[in-house]
Amino acid sequence: MGFLLPSLVETIGHTPLLKLPRFGRATPSIALYAKLEFLNPGGSVKDRAVRQILLDSLSDGLLQPGQTLIDSTSGNTGIAYAMLGAYFGIPVQMVMPSNVSKFRRKIIRSYGTEIIDSDPMEGSDGAIHLVRRLIEAHPDTYFYPDQYSNPSNPKAHYFGTGQEILDVLGDRITHFIAGVGTSGTMMGTARRLKEARPSIQCVAVEPDEALHGLEGLKHMPSSLVPSIHDSSRLDRTFRVSTEQGWDTAERICREEGLLVGHSSGANFFAALQIAEELERTGTSGCIVAIACDRGERYFE
Amino acid sequence: MAIVRIPTPLRSLTAGADELTSTASTVRAIIDDLEAKHPGIKDRLLDEKGVRKFVNIYVGEDDIRFLQGLDTTVQTSDQVSIVPAIAGG
Repeated sequence: MGFLLPSLVETIGHTPLLKLPRFGRATPSIALYAKLEFLNPGGSVKDRAVRQILLDSLSDGLLQPGQTLIDSTSGNTGIAYAMLGAYFGIPVQMVMPSNVSKFRRKIIRSYGTEIIDSDPMEGSDGAIHLVRRLIEAHPDTYFYPDQYSNPSNPKAHYFGTGQEILDVLGDRITHFIAGVGTSGTMMGTARRLKEARPSIQCVAVEPDEALHGLEGLKHMPSSLVPSIHDSSRLDRTFRVSTEQGWDTAERICREEGLLVGHSSGANFFAALQIAEELERTGTSGCIVAIACDRGERYFE
Repeated sequence: MAIVRIPTPLRSLTAGADELTSTASTVRAIIDDLEAKHPGIKDRLLDEKGVRKFVNIYVGEDDIRFLQGLDTTVQTSDQVSIVPAIAGG
């Protein structure tokens, strides 16, 4: 049945949970679900945070007419800002390391957003430093929402992702798994899930090394830790190698028909390991992992 | 001596240095030289198949994958850059 939505903003969120029976066939006592965040209109979970950031900034009067929105990103947040900036008529500049893929740059520029390159040797933290220097030099020109410290980021997941999972699975969910970059998805969702049932295990996924190929994820021990990141909300941090994330993304694609990105692969690698741990101890479980974006975003 | 530019994620292995120097004449020999002085760096860059898929190594402006790979010759006036293939989180 088709349905009518009043605006682009309303198309974000309410993503489905998909059961992964073939991927999880070795652990029949455990239900494995993917939350299909790539179905958001900008193609990733980041649409949720950016929508909330913009709605709150506009309603609180923080974003003034004539100001340009500026933030740092390694890609998906930039696409979400570009898309919603176009929708709201807000000029947007994104600071990103110059090694972000051409494909992503083309998507961002399609919406009319300007890209400012930062040093690829400095990674996403270098992009953050460059934004801060630009703001200092031109304080009146820019509105800097700062996705890494903006409370609207986890708020989007508290009211959205977390509530949606509870609406579908209720008391059945035992584990929630998400990779951390800003950590907004994990912080907001974990807070909502644990309010409903404190025993739900919230597992953050991080790369196992500082130099890695899991785009969007941060290796916290070697990074600027986002101020919205609160490790006390986590039950566990699961470290995944680049190869494990990439191989699992490929496996999900071939076994379930879901072409997901590498960070999703890392989440599902962790999900499978936890499912196997539970199966070995004869415990049943219901695991939800975030499918952050699509795999073709990483094609060269 | 060739200058080798080190990205942020590897600087924990180089005592924070963002540039190193080497007199070695190929990329492979430079990496061995770096490993001798900064143990652990080689495993971050290479696996059994060569340069790891998410690491790019440039001599000047050129990716060594499009030159002679690890056997690419490096002149003393060259700059070698180790660049992560992705931008991080």
